[in-house]
Amino acid sequence: MRISLPLGLALAALVSTGVLAAESGPGVALPPKSDVSFSFEGPFGTYDRAALQRGFQVYKEVCSACHSLNRVAFHALADEGGPGFTEAQAKAIAASYKIPAGPNDKGETTDANGNPLTRPGILADHFPPPFPNDEAARTANNGALPPDLSIIEKARNGGAHYVYSILTGFGQKPPAGFKVLDGKYYNPYFPGWNISMPPPLNANSVTYSDGTKATVEQEAHDVVTFLAWAGEPKMEERKRLGFGVMLFLMAFAGVLYLAYRKMWADQH
Amino acid sequence: MSAGESTYVPKTGFTRWLDSRLPIMRFAHDTMLTYPTPKNLNIWYTFGGILAVMLVSQIVTGIVLAMHYVANDKLAFDSVENIMRDVNYGWLLRYAHANGASMFFLAVYVHIFRGLYYGSYKAPREVLWILGVIIYVLMIATAFLGYVLPWGQMSFWAATVITNLFSSIDQIVPHLGTAISTWLWGGFAVGDPTLNRFFSLHYLLPFVIFAVVALHIWALHVPGNNNPLGIDVKGPQDTVPFHPYYTIKDGFYLVLFFILFAALVFYAPNFVGDVENYQPANPLVTPPEIVPEWYLLPFYAMLRSIPQKLIGVIVLFGALATLAFTPWLDTSKVRSMRFRPMIRPFFWLLVADCILLGYLGANRPDATWNLGGIEIALVWPARLGTLYYYAYFWLLLPLIGILETPKPLPDSIAKPVLAAAE
Repeated sequence: MRISLPLGLALAALVSTGVLAAESGPGVALPPKSDVSFSFEGPFGTYDRAALQRGFQVYKEVCSACHSLNRVAFHALADEGGPGFTEAQAKAIAASYKIPAGPNDKGETTDANGNPLTRPGILADHFPPPFPNDEAARTANNGALPPDLSIIEKARNGGAHYVYSILTGFGQKPPAGFKVLDGKYYNPYFPGWNISMPPPLNANSVTYSDGTKATVEQEAHDVVTFLAWAGEPKMEERKRLGFGVMLFLMAFAGVLYLAYRKMWADQH
Repeated sequence: MSAGESTYVPKTGFTRWLDSRLPIMRFAHDTMLTYPTPKNLNIWYTFGGILAVMLVSQIVTGIVLAMHYVANDKLAFDSVENIMRDVNYGWLLRYAHANGASMFFLAVYVHIFRGLYYGSYKAPREVLWILGVIIYVLMIATAFLGYVLPWGQMSFWAATVITNLFSSIDQIVPHLGTAISTWLWGGFAVGDPTLNRFFSLHYLLPFVIFAVVALHIWALHVPGNNNPLGIDVKGPQDTVPFHPYYTIKDGFYLVLFFILFAALVFYAPNFVGDVENYQPANPLVTPPEIVPEWYLLPFYAMLRSIPQKLIGVIVLFGALATLAFTPWLDTSKVRSMRFRPMIRPFFWLLVADCILLGYLGANRPDATWNLGGIEIALVWPARLGTLYYYAYFWLLLPLIGILETPKPLPDSIAKPVLAAAE
């Protein structure tokens, strides 16, 4: 098939000149910050284990007050390609959470004081949510529902960079004339600029045991790494297998090409 | 089967016994090994084989996914996440299935445009072509049904938008369209019954496709392959046996195709997906943009370019139906556009038009292009694009076939092949 040159040029001109009018103005979210990079990016990127463990600490001590992590099981913390906790550490983390356990074998759903029955978590359990239901979450959060964070970075355009931009995008002065609504906070990376989440991170919100200085940027970077893993826990396995598959396919293509040329040599 | 007597000779006692009772070995031998194939088929002819492999790939990954998937509006989303996390190689199965759909459509579009360029729809291959159109329509239905199953935001709203198309029938027969929508949903909105029947049908249709593919290949083997010259096979000097010549050639291009497939699955598994579908379906929250997957965007642009819903729906389905009429719309006796200088630029314009419509389908119809200070709402290029699509088939193909003076055709396939070698 031959494509005519003038037609190709016309097509290219159409695409290059027909730019969509770029949207800007009050309430239109800024593009996510691009001046930050993460260890898990690129075809060979892996999760920085130390960042995952620090990020887990940020999630546990800050985010988990409002945000659930429903789809992540405790055993994943010790799985290959994850934060690299030992099984014993993961068990200890699981046991530190209370998991709903009613009814017991007597049919009771509450203890003598009327509190719901719970048991310590095990590896097979998932992270329990901070609120019993969406309504309770909204009531505690000024009507807003804090989203589940399990796959948050796959559910937002811009992914890790978007979440990082939100977490580090507070504290700026809104442009003159822009009204920040009551009970909302200004964040230019959030669509509409009025976000219900108060600035979640401060310097030294957590104390890192490895001596890393806990700046807002560091905490955000760590928790974004952790949430990337939470959403895509098999990424390292995927890239590793993919490398072998690509290598095999390319070598196989080479062999097939030689066989194809040899086979067809008498026909050309 | 076509062209010549069967050359199958059973070699063992068992195959001799079987051959006089069920000549399945003879059938396989004649259709897959000795089948005489024009020796000048180029890269664009390898996509039929690629499509057959993609169909099998989708069925195999789909069957295993169905073992772990739960078709329930409360559980579907979590069951997919469970597949991604706790099923052995579940992530690979799901990413291969989701991206496999895209690769399947990529291949089918190349295959369809190849048929349009080389006139593969013309006599004696009209039935072969129409079976292909049926497969394509079934693929669209299957892909749509499958896209609903993860029960994410875009799943739910795509199901809502598409099933609501039927309610436009209300404009002809009051209440009939709504009644059909309600019947399709199994309720008064998209919900759990809808998800269940979509899953059931999504499992059924690939096997229907498989059966129509069998007919498609049967209909191919009666007249034999068309070829880039578009002229008939004159004799054995024009053909080679399918095996080993085309098994090795198709195999090579299949592996190249799989390199692209693997690059998507392993390194950009969510590239063609929409981030909205990683949010669980929520009937109370409409996503900012409801858009289908890339392979249906041109049709979506056509639908949205027309303000009157019923006419939009008719234009959408008419665009598909048009393909089935192509064999009789093209009045030229010459098959290959290599020898049709007048229609050829219009063919490439059609390709560009479909790509443009795809681009427009991904953007809001009220978005604007800024062309040197003049603002043009995207709905206008979409209307123009839709018009051109129809004009190509209903106006240009019939008209140019009459007006055009084709270039002289070569005497046979063997001659230009030899000439090129000298």
